[in-house]
Amino acid sequence: MNAPAAGLTAVGPGQARYGRETLHAEWTKLRTVASTGWLLLAAAALTIGVSAAVDAAAACPASGCQADPAKLSLTGVQAGQAIVVIIAVLAVSNEYSTGMIRITLAAMPRRLAVLAAKATLIAGLVLTVSAVAVLACVLAGRLILPGHGFTAAHGYLLLSLSRGPDLRAACGSVLYLALIALLSLGVATAVRETAVAIGLVLGLLYVFPVVTSAISNQHWQRHLEQIGPMTAGLYIQATASLRSLPLTPWQGLGVLALWAAGALTLGGLVFRFRDA
Amino acid sequence: MTTITPYRSTARNARDGFGQLLHAEWTKFRTVRGWVIGMILAVLVTGGLGVLIGKSTVPSCSVQTSSGQSGPVQHGAACGAPAYPLGPGGEPVQDQFYFVRQPLAGNGSITVRVTSLTGRFPGQGAGSAPVVVPWSKAGIIMKDGTRQGSGYAAMMVTGGNGVRMQWNYTGDTPGLPGRVSAAGPRWLRLSRDGDTITGYDSADGTHWTRVGAVALGGLPSTVQAGLFVTSPDAATYSSSLGSGTVNNNPTAATAVFDHVSRTGRWPASAWTGDYLQGPTSMGISGYTPGYHQVAGRFTVTGSGDIAPLIAGALNDGPAITVRDYLLGTFAGLIAVAVVAAMFMTAEYRRGLIRTTLAASPHRGRVLAAKAIVIGSAAFVAGLAAAAAAVLLATEVARGNGSSVFPEPWPTELRIIAGTAALIAVAAVFTLAIATMVRRSAAAILIVIVTIVIPFVLSAPPGIPASLTEWLLRVTPAAAFALQQPAPQYYQVQASYIPSSGFFPLAPWTGFAVLCGWTALALVLAAYLLRRRDA
Repeated sequence: MNAPAAGLTAVGPGQARYGRETLHAEWTKLRTVASTGWLLLAAAALTIGVSAAVDAAAACPASGCQADPAKLSLTGVQAGQAIVVIIAVLAVSNEYSTGMIRITLAAMPRRLAVLAAKATLIAGLVLTVSAVAVLACVLAGRLILPGHGFTAAHGYLLLSLSRGPDLRAACGSVLYLALIALLSLGVATAVRETAVAIGLVLGLLYVFPVVTSAISNQHWQRHLEQIGPMTAGLYIQATASLRSLPLTPWQGLGVLALWAAGALTLGGLVFRFRDA
Repeated sequence: MTTITPYRSTARNARDGFGQLLHAEWTKFRTVRGWVIGMILAVLVTGGLGVLIGKSTVPSCSVQTSSGQSGPVQHGAACGAPAYPLGPGGEPVQDQFYFVRQPLAGNGSITVRVTSLTGRFPGQGAGSAPVVVPWSKAGIIMKDGTRQGSGYAAMMVTGGNGVRMQWNYTGDTPGLPGRVSAAGPRWLRLSRDGDTITGYDSADGTHWTRVGAVALGGLPSTVQAGLFVTSPDAATYSSSLGSGTVNNNPTAATAVFDHVSRTGRWPASAWTGDYLQGPTSMGISGYTPGYHQVAGRFTVTGSGDIAPLIAGALNDGPAITVRDYLLGTFAGLIAVAVVAAMFMTAEYRRGLIRTTLAASPHRGRVLAAKAIVIGSAAFVAGLAAAAAAVLLATEVARGNGSSVFPEPWPTELRIIAGTAALIAVAAVFTLAIATMVRRSAAAILIVIVTIVIPFVLSAPPGIPASLTEWLLRVTPAAAFALQQPAPQYYQVQASYIPSSGFFPLAPWTGFAVLCGWTALALVLAAYLLRRRDA
């Protein structure tokens, strides 16, 4: 099986061109499936919608509050990530459910190159869309929050990307969503089945915040929050009382990056050595 | 001329009843290994998370204080001992008030006039503005002794809720509205006849209205009766993402009583003043509960509450409830939903649907059979998951010596069976959605967005409760109300938010919302299944 492929590459395109064409092929597949566009739109809409709803429901009474306005106005990321997961999972599992994967691998036998191309494209798409969504969330926060008591009188400045912590929260949320996509891509490559991959990733993401909310032993609570991909990753949204966080914001995002790297490695290994 | 006998199979005609269809669908379900594993995984995940939560509870004697949080109330009880008195109904209660009492032997009554109820925050100077919290209480009470948690019936004036008759911590009936003052006093009367205590109120002492009558089972022949005053903490709540904080400010109230008259046999010669306190009481500096009596005029000062304790991290009751053990339900639900979606979408992906419909052309019946099979399987898995989570976690937490909100067994049964029903109906909902959209990704997406995300947003504190309460009213996630561990009490001010286990809808109403969505989805699915080519 490998011998003819090796022979072909000898007379065929060079290394760089091969990579470019793999990327182009994957882009065509992604672009021509109607669901990709709709799901990206839905991810942005859900992120912005939930954020705006939380902004509108939040209240900072005159007696004071301890809310973190940046975190509050980026809450939608917690919901929008569910759709990002589905986009990334479908990029892989759809090929298996339609049998397309056999054609893909016949045309592009370098499996890791295929996975790398998929990862690059999905990450790029999610980065672009979530940048737009996060900008809209920040804008919504600027418009809505001051009307609900988050004013200078109560010690809150208007959200602004020119301030370091707010910028970190916004950029970090964009990176967070891209890392979630990569994590999902890795899991989907390993399990191949759409529904199972979505269930696994969402279970993994949501189980940590839900369970830590009920854990009264603070030692355990901190540890679980530190290792959970969602709990740790969302530390990047914190702009206030950073000292009480179990990890710094960037360390938290690093934990999520480790999860994503682990999932991609696992997916890559399984993809490389298993029959399609 | 030969007659040709048409070929007729010697095999017996198979019946095409609904039973056969059910059997066929059951065979499909049980022979796919991944689906059975998925169901088992749901049980293991839910049960395992329950044990983890139970294991991580802290003993009731060690109190944590985190920055900016006044934390749970400090318990004076020894480690492992129940830290809360239990009321006659088995619920944890607070039983703290100033009691000016005499024994009453047999039947009799007591009548008083209340002319003033004022309050303040102890520890603040005399110049600070007086504050009467809405549920400050002053009035008359007949109580089964002075033991913590013993039964009682009382008539009282309150700071902001008019005259009330209350009994056995959870009972509450309104009487005359309005605030008490020297110009507008309130007359109160309690009268005992056997086990029945009847409460009356009046604005002038001549025209009396019966407020209510309650039967207190097992009331001894001699009860303690007299005047009482108490005033609950004024709590302010605030929440930020991931954490909630509460500031509890103890308050004290002072009431003036006169025109005290009694009927019946009162063997003691004088009044006794007692400050009844439970193990959960906090020391309050800067005020002294007590009473003084001048010419038939009693001035009584007290603090505390006679009321059920409310569960939840922000409230004064035990922070951990059975519902917390079941927080893993949503993970089990995801596993079951994945199986339920694939139970239908796999038919389309493999082309099996054509064989299925050729064998059983009644498409509605196929859907019904599938719904029954997946619903039953999910119910069994849900029951095993919930029972494992609750029973194992309770055992583990008890071993830890932590105090958990005690449930009467009917509530615990409702929580466990309700969780199973929630998972079963959610599985049928997923199946119906999967029939409509035919793709597992879309089906899972819809179920995640409508059931899992509303629950996930509401479970940790931080998201504004008005938003999560709205979500838990209209989405199928409303059915999580089945896991509510304790009722809300109108007469107790507390933080009744979803993250503390208080849902906006009553348990079975919430379940009805899920059932309604499921019925709608099933009707649409049956319609589309019949109208569309397979």
